[in-house]
Amino acid sequence: MSFRATFATALRVLNQLRRDPRTLALLLFVPLALVFLLEQLFADRRQVFQQIGGPLLGLFPLIAMFLVTSITMLRERVSGTLERLMALPLAKFDILAGYGLAFALVAALQATLVSIVAFGFLGLHTQGPSWAVVLLAISNAILGMSLGLFVSAFARTEFQAIQFMPAFILPQILLCGLFTPRSQMAGWMRALSDVLPFTYAYDALHRATALGTFDGRFALDVSITLGVTVLALALGASTLRRRTG
Amino acid sequence: MSAATSIVVDNLRIRRGGVIVLDDLSLSVASGRVTGLLGPSGSGKTTLMRAIVGVQIVESGAITVLGEPAGTPLLRWKVGYMTQNPAVYGDLTVRENLRYFARILNTGPENVEEVLETVDMTAFGDRVVNRLSGGQRARVSLATALIGDPQLLVLDEPTVGLDPVLRRDLWKAFNDLAAQGKTLLVSSHVMDEADHCHDLLLLREGKLVATGTPADVRAQSGKQDLDEAFLVLINEEIE
Repeated sequence: MSFRATFATALRVLNQLRRDPRTLALLLFVPLALVFLLEQLFADRRQVFQQIGGPLLGLFPLIAMFLVTSITMLRERVSGTLERLMALPLAKFDILAGYGLAFALVAALQATLVSIVAFGFLGLHTQGPSWAVVLLAISNAILGMSLGLFVSAFARTEFQAIQFMPAFILPQILLCGLFTPRSQMAGWMRALSDVLPFTYAYDALHRATALGTFDGRFALDVSITLGVTVLALALGASTLRRRTG
Repeated sequence: MSAATSIVVDNLRIRRGGVIVLDDLSLSVASGRVTGLLGPSGSGKTTLMRAIVGVQIVESGAITVLGEPAGTPLLRWKVGYMTQNPAVYGDLTVRENLRYFARILNTGPENVEEVLETVDMTAFGDRVVNRLSGGQRARVSLATALIGDPQLLVLDEPTVGLDPVLRRDLWKAFNDLAAQGKTLLVSSHVMDEADHCHDLLLLREGKLVATGTPADVRAQSGKQDLDEAFLVLINEEIE
């Protein structure tokens, strides 16, 4: 692996985004519109907005980066550029790290913008500091990126890749504890939510925003999120084959 | 291995999707020359080239490239590869594409400009690749193979779909590169291009039908026209 090749890849991915201003605008401004919609929806029930606003802020980048990465990586596989890269002095890790670096930057921008709007203009209050939400959002974005990278290996077309969003992400949003506390879930649902990474990403956000407690359980949540990220990256790397049949 | 050989293929067998594409193939490619890999579509040209650059799963046999087993990491610095379908980023400009390859290969922007000149694309350097014609896109893909001044160039149908003037210019560029000591392996399914090559490898259904200079192939077959020569040699092979 080399820093040069990693930076070159990150720069290339950012250039691709820059050349696609519509996607970039959607990435940065859709979350703002959504958080505004959420605030308006609960205009007369402020406590609901206060309760779910923070965690949602931290989950937007995860969903966005999952989608963007799975499509971009699928394109690399289908268009032949991945095969071309494999004939170059570039380690698989350079490709993954390059993507990670580029998308973490975009996620940071996205999370910062949506935080400014939510905390600054919409009156969102959290127990913990707002920068904790931004940091968690970035780490979640990298989780989303690594999951997207991995599932891109199982899609043949962009249609399939898009369908992985409802298949992989929606059940996790339903079961992570955002809509119903996990303690109130039926046993099998709770068991399922125990093994889904979103559960821990959400729990960390919940602790940082609603409770403001950065305790051992918070540390465990973050460790599990990071662990799953590394695991998904390793699995994703194993689907990037230098030689194919 | 003699010093004048860049590629040696020994008893190569490759299976793709359960079908044997190359069977017991042995050949060599001389250094500092343009070798044409000719044969109809589906004859195994692309598979052989993929194996030489180390991205193809090989069932058995050995390939030595510049004295190292094919696929050795060091070779990725020394071998330029142009894929059959342009493998470039359509949403980037020509220069952005080439600078990415140049950064990976640790060469500067002046190398990008040199290469743009070679493929006659300087005027289109700041155009987004998706807005270019098919032939222009192919030239960008060729340009990526030339970045980093590689010793060996493996070019998969670089002249397909290009106009005759441009084809002639590219073949001249290939010959100039060979004159500078580079080795080129260039595939084509158009026999007319054989005369631009120093050496020929005629491939059909995964087997080598003929090798030698264009003059050798003419002598072996007794035909002046290389298309006819190929037909005669295939028929001899079948009988």
